[in-house]
Amino acid sequence: MAAVPLEVSDLRTTLFTRRGEMKAVDGLSLSVGAGETVALVGESGCGKSLSALSIMRLLPDPPARIVGGAVKLNGRDIVPLSEESMLDIRGKEIGMIFQDPMSALNPVATIEKQIAEVVMAHTGLGRFQARARAHELLEQVGIPDAARRLDAYPHQLSGGMCQRVVIAMAIACSPSVLIADEPTTALDVTVQAQVLTLLKRLQAEAGMAMIFITHDLGVVAETADRVVVMYAGRKVEEAAVDDLFEAPLHPYTAGLIGATPVPGAVRAERLADIPGMVPPLNALPPGCAFAPRCPRAMDRCRTERPALTEPRPGRRVACFAAEKGPT
Amino acid sequence: MTALLTLNNVHVHFNTAAGLVRAVNGVSLDLGAGETLGLVGESGCGKSTLGKAIMRLVPVSTGEIRVEGTDIAQLQGSALTAMRRKVQMIFQDPYGSLNPRSTVGRSVAQPLVLAGWKPEAVAERVDTLLGWVGLPTDAKQRYPHEFSGGQRQRIGIARALALNPRLIVCDEPVSALDVSVRAQVINLLEDLKAEFGVSYLFISHDLSVVEHIADRVAVMYLGTIVEIGSRDRIWRQPQHPYTKALLAAAPIADPKLARTRTRTVLQGELPSPLEPPAGCPFHSRCPIAQARCKTERPVLRATGDSAQAACHFI
Repeated sequence: MAAVPLEVSDLRTTLFTRRGEMKAVDGLSLSVGAGETVALVGESGCGKSLSALSIMRLLPDPPARIVGGAVKLNGRDIVPLSEESMLDIRGKEIGMIFQDPMSALNPVATIEKQIAEVVMAHTGLGRFQARARAHELLEQVGIPDAARRLDAYPHQLSGGMCQRVVIAMAIACSPSVLIADEPTTALDVTVQAQVLTLLKRLQAEAGMAMIFITHDLGVVAETADRVVVMYAGRKVEEAAVDDLFEAPLHPYTAGLIGATPVPGAVRAERLADIPGMVPPLNALPPGCAFAPRCPRAMDRCRTERPALTEPRPGRRVACFAAEKGPT
Repeated sequence: MTALLTLNNVHVHFNTAAGLVRAVNGVSLDLGAGETLGLVGESGCGKSTLGKAIMRLVPVSTGEIRVEGTDIAQLQGSALTAMRRKVQMIFQDPYGSLNPRSTVGRSVAQPLVLAGWKPEAVAERVDTLLGWVGLPTDAKQRYPHEFSGGQRQRIGIARALALNPRLIVCDEPVSALDVSVRAQVINLLEDLKAEFGVSYLFISHDLSVVEHIADRVAVMYLGTIVEIGSRDRIWRQPQHPYTKALLAAAPIADPKLARTRTRTVLQGELPSPLEPPAGCPFHSRCPIAQARCKTERPVLRATGDSAQAACHFI
């Protein structure tokens, strides 16, 4: 059997700052199969973007450093690899799409140059062939009038078009894993729908494993096969997408779903809000990080940190209350 | 229904180096007392400019903006100041909308001081306002950077409420907030409306939030309103092809519902307001456009249930 495209186990990333060490990613494990989309969900500061950067080995060091765990890409652990070997792997075996397409592109280089650079670095194609490949890629990501766009600069394209260019660069060498970090957050809703459709199509064509990072549960429902919910650097729940929305086990997941209005559903008088806010990483409570905001918190939650349990195969949750019964 | 706010053929044009931009291009609508009107559309459709025009933060080129019957579109000086007590605004960015060097107490007191309140009355009022929006009274002595995004948005709401306005223009008030905090602020806005009968013009690109909070909804495209009607009407029986496309594009936080619906993804992007298409502004992306749409601009027509849409084929 072929190796799982991406298998992360017990990944730990710590920020070393003047105000002390902060565990930004605290023992994250997840695996993504070929053709599968796993959504990584949580609010700002929960560690989802730092998890992605850790997997890509793109952490700003200092202050951030991977202090433990493994990231197996097609069976090979890439955590101990040198930056030189990573240059080879990034863009070839694993691609990434960022939230802000404008700042992900070089403003003073043409679209062609930026795509061709990726192609030439990984394939040994010459400049001329790389231009042809860039043209092909632009057509593949649905950019109209691709031949003319090759010589355009990023500022001449709209946000949606720039995001398509970033996607073209990410898939240029057919990576087996694609990480999309809030790829549609900066886009308008009709353009968001276009980009989501495009990503799904490209993924189906190439059988890529995809990690989709978002805070928007609507986007999760539209794209994901499985969902990992993070809070304060840790995974608090994991489930297939239908199970998660139908019967969330963790009170935080339930809170997020209750706080998201569903159009067309019977209008709730009030949205269920979660009191308080995400605690800063340097001031986490001793027990469960969610306990101060949790409607089901017990004495035990305030002193002891719940471990991740697996009540059913494929379903994981870290909560003492959930062990007793559903929310 | 007595109209609190009436817009009559409002235009806001900007002269730029690249040419004339018709950011708001002939908008007419009514907003009743105690009503929440949602204003939705994509970036660049003119929804924020319209909100600012109602606040008189951008010059109104032509048209009438009536607040409780008085046209305020060209008011100046003290008459304008008096009007501002009735209409207030909450901004999208809770970081940029508060003076970082001013304590929260001073920021919230500012409208009261400008309105000539006595210091003792101001202090008392600030305490009350902070209480209404769920902030501790010791927040007064602190500075904006000590607060989270959600708390800062509460401070902005307290400031907007200071002079008992009749209308609050909410320009993307929850877009910068996290999901759980967003729900807190939406609930707060609804509580305040129930308590004080204030009206909201709720500008947002997030359709699910608008669906939750609005009584009526207006959909904008390239500076014009293409459809307006009650919330249920817009969601259950959208008439205009752009409204239909927007609703189809909005992600639904329910995987089973999301899979069963058919969605037609709208092609292309919003045309530049510098060169708006002739005829119907939407014809360049419209799935049902005909030759007529390229030359003749459709006007808003009644589609039943006091809803209106601007399309030749309804």
